[in-house]
Amino acid sequence: MRVPIGWLAEHVDLPAGTSVEDLDTAFVRLGLEVEEIHRVPETTGPLVVGRVLEIEELTGFKKPIRYTRVDVGEDQPRGIVCGARNFAVGDLVVAALPGAVLPGDFAIAARKTYDHVSDGMICSVRELGIGEDHAGILVLGQDGFEPGTPAAGLLGLDDVVIELNVTPDRGYCLALRGIAREIGTGLAVDWRDAGAVTPPAWSGKPAWQVEVTDPARCDRFSMLAMEGLDPTAPSPWWMRRRLAQSGIRSISLAVDVTNYVMLELGQPMHAFDRDTVRGPIVVRRATAGERLTTLDGVDRALDADDLLITDDSGPIGLAGVMGGASTEIGDRTTSVLLEAAHWEPTGIARTVRRHKLPSEAAKRFERGTDPEVTVVALARAAALLAEHGGARVVGSPVDPDTRGPRPAIPLDAGRPARIAGVDYPTSQVVEALTAVGATVDADGDRLQVTPPSWRPDLTDPADLVEEVVRLAGYDDIPSVLPNVPPGRGLTERQRRRRSIGRALAEAGYVEAPAYPFVGTAALDALGLPADDVRRSAVVVRNPLSEEEPALRTTLLPGLLATLARNLSRGQRDVAVFEHGSVFPGDQRTPAPVPGVDRRPDDETLAALLGAVPAQPWHVAVALTGNREPRGWWGPGRAADWADAVQAARVVAATAGVELTVRAGDLAPWHPGRCAELVVADQVVGHAGELHPRVCAALDLPARTCAMELDVDALPAAAVPVGPRVSTFPPVLVDLALVVPEEVPAADVEAALRAGAGELLERLRLFDVYAGPPVPAGSRSLAYALTLRAPDRTLTGEEANAARDAAIALAVEATGAVLR
Amino acid sequence: MSGANDPYDPKQVAALSAETLDAAVRSATEAFAAAGDLEALAAVRPAHLGDRAPVLLARRELGALPPAARSDAGKRVNAARVTVTDAYAARLAVLEAERDERVLAEERVDVTLPWDRAPRGARHPLTTLTDRIADVFVGMGYEVAEGPELEAEWLNFDALNISTDHPARSMMDTFFVAPEDSGLVLRTHTSPVQARTMLERQPPIYVIAPGRVYRTDELDATHTPVFHQVEGLAVDRGLTMAHLRGTLDHLARQLFGADAVTRWRPSYFPFTEPSAEFDVWFPEHRDGPRWVEWGGCGMVNPRVLTACGIDPEQFTGFAFGLGIERALQFRHGVGDMRDIVEGDVRFTRAFGVEQ
Repeated sequence: MRVPIGWLAEHVDLPAGTSVEDLDTAFVRLGLEVEEIHRVPETTGPLVVGRVLEIEELTGFKKPIRYTRVDVGEDQPRGIVCGARNFAVGDLVVAALPGAVLPGDFAIAARKTYDHVSDGMICSVRELGIGEDHAGILVLGQDGFEPGTPAAGLLGLDDVVIELNVTPDRGYCLALRGIAREIGTGLAVDWRDAGAVTPPAWSGKPAWQVEVTDPARCDRFSMLAMEGLDPTAPSPWWMRRRLAQSGIRSISLAVDVTNYVMLELGQPMHAFDRDTVRGPIVVRRATAGERLTTLDGVDRALDADDLLITDDSGPIGLAGVMGGASTEIGDRTTSVLLEAAHWEPTGIARTVRRHKLPSEAAKRFERGTDPEVTVVALARAAALLAEHGGARVVGSPVDPDTRGPRPAIPLDAGRPARIAGVDYPTSQVVEALTAVGATVDADGDRLQVTPPSWRPDLTDPADLVEEVVRLAGYDDIPSVLPNVPPGRGLTERQRRRRSIGRALAEAGYVEAPAYPFVGTAALDALGLPADDVRRSAVVVRNPLSEEEPALRTTLLPGLLATLARNLSRGQRDVAVFEHGSVFPGDQRTPAPVPGVDRRPDDETLAALLGAVPAQPWHVAVALTGNREPRGWWGPGRAADWADAVQAARVVAATAGVELTVRAGDLAPWHPGRCAELVVADQVVGHAGELHPRVCAALDLPARTCAMELDVDALPAAAVPVGPRVSTFPPVLVDLALVVPEEVPAADVEAALRAGAGELLERLRLFDVYAGPPVPAGSRSLAYALTLRAPDRTLTGEEANAARDAAIALAVEATGAVLR
Repeated sequence: MSGANDPYDPKQVAALSAETLDAAVRSATEAFAAAGDLEALAAVRPAHLGDRAPVLLARRELGALPPAARSDAGKRVNAARVTVTDAYAARLAVLEAERDERVLAEERVDVTLPWDRAPRGARHPLTTLTDRIADVFVGMGYEVAEGPELEAEWLNFDALNISTDHPARSMMDTFFVAPEDSGLVLRTHTSPVQARTMLERQPPIYVIAPGRVYRTDELDATHTPVFHQVEGLAVDRGLTMAHLRGTLDHLARQLFGADAVTRWRPSYFPFTEPSAEFDVWFPEHRDGPRWVEWGGCGMVNPRVLTACGIDPEQFTGFAFGLGIERALQFRHGVGDMRDIVEGDVRFTRAFGVEQ
């Protein structure tokens, strides 16, 4: 909502010296956020009202040019050359005289042009910096000003416009009337309520027949007929100026008047060309198949929920949203039907959404208008049309009004104090509520509050509390810490997530959360088979990009894209991780939508919560380039599959669970370099080198590696038991086993551990070797074993027995041969 | 060497004479002093401290003296031996120190050489800042509550007093989920966690809910369709707006220094009444101390309490929400939203693991 301060000052007695900044502060304190302050670019030097005395049409040039004689209040008129044609002898115009500088450093001087000396310039609104219109010059009308009057003040060139962001609960502030109330109250100065006007007592028969068939959606529908309108009468300059300041285009007197009244009173109106309306007006719902061409020229299929204004010809307006083209005011309209109604807000909101048709009128109706002022608005519009267009009211207004009484809200006068933590005396509570326009009946501390007709948002005691606290000022609220009962701290799950992030960061990975939107192309690039469960995704109905309409089922597309982005920016060694939710697209039942007047029953609640799919927390890493950089110490070490598997081990160790690694085969990994990550007999993820085709498809370097696992699938960590630390000396044993290549090292290690038994303190693979003298098809695995007893020094026999048992089991289980 | 029965004449036991001993001591100390390194010192040691050294040979002569003279001569011999031994030890210490100094100097390395063989990674500042905020509240006794990003529409809107046709609902720029009757949205704020918490348990409730939220904004320097909020909710007997202010002021001080404080402006949220937007006074802002818009807050609308099964006549509550991206932008002087969301490791590394 744009508020021209000059207009506001007509409604509020702003104290002398009130600055724009003072108003800014006052608005913010009242909860009207100041979005922008618009000032007109500065004009300096002589700018005066002039009257056109003579017009000489110059011919022989590329375009028609006029040489005018203009009375600018001096002894002699001035000769001014002008290219515009939208004025006549006798018109008052704005003349910039030599010495004036218009916005954009446009200096005016006497100069010869088109064979005449032009001793100044007749200005358009664009040249004055107060609008975009440059089709012609600004005509102020035929009278009202004396030639020579300085124009800057009367044009309002110094008038500042404050643009407010009005929250949806306060529709009444989308009008000068509401703003005046707020700022008058906020500054504690006198102000005038433009809505508190008694309309004239029109006599005669109602000028039209009106029937409202849906009073629930329209409880007041007021109409007034006028005739004798001069279709050529222009809107007065000040009205066009204020509409422009408010961001509304001037169209014609009749339309401008309805818009002006809307800005002033908050009551959107519509003007029909009365001669095009056929028969009685009926307000009703649309029926199947009906169509309406709206003022914007769009032919719309109507929904049975749309509320319409109709005549014998069918729909002539989409109620509260936009009028129809068939009854539009034209340049020959001499008689009009003015409409000012009160619509049920949610119905308007539905129609706006359905037809994607936001309008200034709908914006106000959606938020709720004041049903009291429909006829006041008609009267105001009628007066303006009479004054500026010569129109006369015909008969009396039609005003079907089915409103019920507004219920009073009971309020304990102590309630605002209990909510705010500030002691407000009852008198202050009553005063504040009266200031917002409510009627308050007090019985001691028990108040009965009837909110004003323009505040449909005030329905509950809490709403009234807000008004009291707001007008008292939020700055009065003290700062007090509550006594919070002891809490449980972070949950195990929350601690685990944090620890995993920290551990991976300490291990060299940089966290890189990506948007969770994916498209088929990304899943294709990963080489996922058609029946892969990760292809079953949740789809967004209104995605930002049609290429990425789905939610991720795996972290890899986003993470690999991040990796690629870093590489494209010149990085070579990159290791990134992400942890976050993924969204499996399982079949689901629709979530119910229960009422909100009480807690949903347990069954409904369970259905509601159950309809929200599980969104497991995954962690993933991706890395390429050198894992250890080259440096003065020597060459670097390239990142490989083992780093990816190690990242999984880091995660498992951080989570306190035991991870088993075995060979796997899953896209997007290299089939020979893919580890399946197993915890508690369940596959929780995969790690390894990416498939060469995947690297190629994603434009990633060969041998890029990745890991992803489902953190939510990890069981809770067992509480670790502290071991008794043996102080007896260890026996160190090295042994090498030759095993067939296809035997996993993990199997050999498991056999050695099982065979060595309880005396084995530590086992470590320290070498893997293939090549002569190890036979082809086999490899040698060399292990260092640390044997130790908790309670004694081991004898040689005991150590040898443990070693032999380990070897024996490895030989038996894996076909190993001791080297 | 004198025989045991020889008549006593100290002067005849030449080895014990003061002159002889002095000469031996002098000779030893000179020899030690002349030794230029440890090897030379080791070479002269046997002559002056070895079994055949004069001061040790003199000691053996003591037995030949009559008891009356033995004590006197013994003292002299001992003194001579201690002097020689000390002289040796002193010289040894000097030479060892010289050697150590030389060797350690030779072993000097350039400790300024870089050693980034195991580069450290980093956590994203959105994560660390979220954790920091959560910790402030956990320290006060709050618990961290969670909810899904893909959320029931009822919890995201209806339960929070945002009915289907409410203007605030269309202002939320919601991502809707197929099919049309799924009843699911990508949550537009962390506030549904409020509803989940209240549906799950009765007061006292003191929770904070950080998380990722979605609005259909295109990414630019100041907007991102995917962003992060922290939601706070307290429901208890007797809670007031003063408690809300105290809580927000406390958080402001923890994040922005002891002089930080909040300022409120009346505003509107369907799920709180009264509602406010709050600014924080940030003395360390890189463009100078100033008020910075930070978040929204208010007293939980009794309608929300009712929809969640909490008696609004017994309990009051406050709630607040703030944007992590926004806090990150002004706390750390981040000018462009894209740096926060694009995952460039150069940006994130600047924040380290704990920020």
